[in-house]
Amino acid sequence: MRAGRFGDYGGQYVPETLMNEIIRLEEAYHFYQSDTAFQEELSGLLREYAGRPSLLYYAARMTESLGGAKVYLKREDLNHTGSHKINNVLGQALLAKHIGKTRLIAETGAGQHGVAVATAAALLGMECEIFMGKEDTERQSLNVYRMELLGAKVHAVTSGSMTLKDAVNETMREWTGRTHDTHYVLGSVMGPHPFPTIVRDFQSVIGKEARSQILEREGRLPAAVLACVGGGSNAMGLFYPFIPDASVRLIGCEAAGHGIETKQHAATIAKGEAGVFHGMKSYFCQDENGQIAPVYSISAGLDYPGIGPEHAYLHDTGRAEYVPVTDAEAVSAFEFLAKTEGIICAIESAHAIVHACVLAPRLGKDENIIVCLSGRGDKDVAAIARYRGVNVHE
Amino acid sequence: MSNIGKAFQNGKAFIGFVTGGDPSLEKSEEFIFEMIRAGADLIEIGAPFSDPIAEGPVIQRANLRALAAGVTTDKLFELAARVRRQSDIPLVFLTYLNPVLHYGYEAYFQKCQTIGLDGIIIPDLPFEEQEEVRAVSVRCSVDLISLVAPTSESRIAKIAKNAAGFVYIVSSMGVTGIRGEITTDLNAILAAVRSASDIPAAVGFGVSTPEQAAHIARIADGVIVGSAIVKIIEEYGERAGEHLFAYVQKMKEAISQA
Repeated sequence: MRAGRFGDYGGQYVPETLMNEIIRLEEAYHFYQSDTAFQEELSGLLREYAGRPSLLYYAARMTESLGGAKVYLKREDLNHTGSHKINNVLGQALLAKHIGKTRLIAETGAGQHGVAVATAAALLGMECEIFMGKEDTERQSLNVYRMELLGAKVHAVTSGSMTLKDAVNETMREWTGRTHDTHYVLGSVMGPHPFPTIVRDFQSVIGKEARSQILEREGRLPAAVLACVGGGSNAMGLFYPFIPDASVRLIGCEAAGHGIETKQHAATIAKGEAGVFHGMKSYFCQDENGQIAPVYSISAGLDYPGIGPEHAYLHDTGRAEYVPVTDAEAVSAFEFLAKTEGIICAIESAHAIVHACVLAPRLGKDENIIVCLSGRGDKDVAAIARYRGVNVHE
Repeated sequence: MSNIGKAFQNGKAFIGFVTGGDPSLEKSEEFIFEMIRAGADLIEIGAPFSDPIAEGPVIQRANLRALAAGVTTDKLFELAARVRRQSDIPLVFLTYLNPVLHYGYEAYFQKCQTIGLDGIIIPDLPFEEQEEVRAVSVRCSVDLISLVAPTSESRIAKIAKNAAGFVYIVSSMGVTGIRGEITTDLNAILAAVRSASDIPAAVGFGVSTPEQAAHIARIADGVIVGSAIVKIIEEYGERAGEHLFAYVQKMKEAISQA
């Protein structure tokens, strides 16, 4: 397999202007990957600042209510800034600083990645500009203010569908114009090589911890690990250390919006086709002329027409499974988790809870499954209230 | 030498760009002929794409107008075929890779060959990834035109050595769009291209005024103008024809006197 390829997927489909920049990034990444001082600095930040390791929590009431396999939740929602995004961001921001960059730029959908990048920029004393679809700045106005509090400049992107994909377009355009002092902190396992690999490696801390925690608690591997998938970074981080464990099912839950039989979904694996976009070959929702299709999900973080190239490969080879989950199902799971476990999770993560509720009852009580709770749900409370017809004032 | 070489045979070349189907396919055809009549040496037709990441706001909006007008890959081929029936001017497409991949590389390049399209520029297909279309482009005699950027440095030699048609030198960092001044050391880039290959080199991105065009024509083999043309189309819409003629004539004159 060529470097940066996962089967036929991946690659570096970017304008020539960015090529030397991503080649240098790859070289720097390989250097710092085996640099003890860098790795110690990063683990120190993850431990002392982000609060790792995150808990592997046994959800006893949820398990009891489902009546099957034990359900464990990997609590990425308890990290500083409230999601798994910080794992990758601290890694990339530190890398950027080591290679002499002074300015970080990033896209964000729900705002979790943008908040994490703004946080890391503040911590490391770097400039920060975040690109966010105008529609998302309205859906997640609190996160916009949060990023501004952290010292970042937030650009509302008005091109295209004004959501996550357009935010990525605009961040790439910005980076094409200014690379000498600027690093693009891509937020998921997507984009041109080396990003899918870098982000996967930084997020793999989720799976590494979960694997040793479950072996310690249960003395056996889980029957399945589950995570929501937009670009797919929390899923890839959870899956990766379990790939060699053939008995462990890897299940990604993608956003089916109003249903995959409608046109309003973001179910890339279920409904997309192979293509090239945002620097990578992978699966994309697209029309009969290869135009990228507008996508929809209640979750701004999953509202993306593509999926990371390694997921495309894991799908094609059958190592991982991907299931579509609708808005309605996700909202019910969001409420279920709040009532049974006292945990308000991100609406993104609720997509994975849905499938855990389907799977657990089909498995034996001696088995266990791990669900990645990728983020906390404070940001979603107002939207869920609106979904239920309740008028709240933030 | 491919048909594209003809564009560079009579002095410095003026290369004009329109987004195919902006504001309609009929108008694009008319605008292309206005540019040819005004002295353009090569025509670049942009295939509209939903997410043109290398384009600035002017061409982004043109892409949206063309898509709203219902332009498809096949309709774009029909436009190119109509132009080719009436003119032997060198003709190239600028397209992002996904519409080509979706059409099928083999089918797409064969269609180009049948129509008599001379070349293709794919801004999101850098040198390292060209392998997947190189064989079919050669077989179908469609020049795969490579870009060189201000950041290309040591990459220039291998890009130029393997280039077909002409080398497209990106004048500035960033996306397409009109720029007040071009600060890149174009002489250094051109010297690197020329020490690696005899292929013609044209400069684009940011060029809008006759002064800029004349300056570039003194050092390069051709001048590529996109956003300034598309801006005229945006401003005058269906009545842009005469304005385009006047603009291209003025630019061509500046280049010829350089």
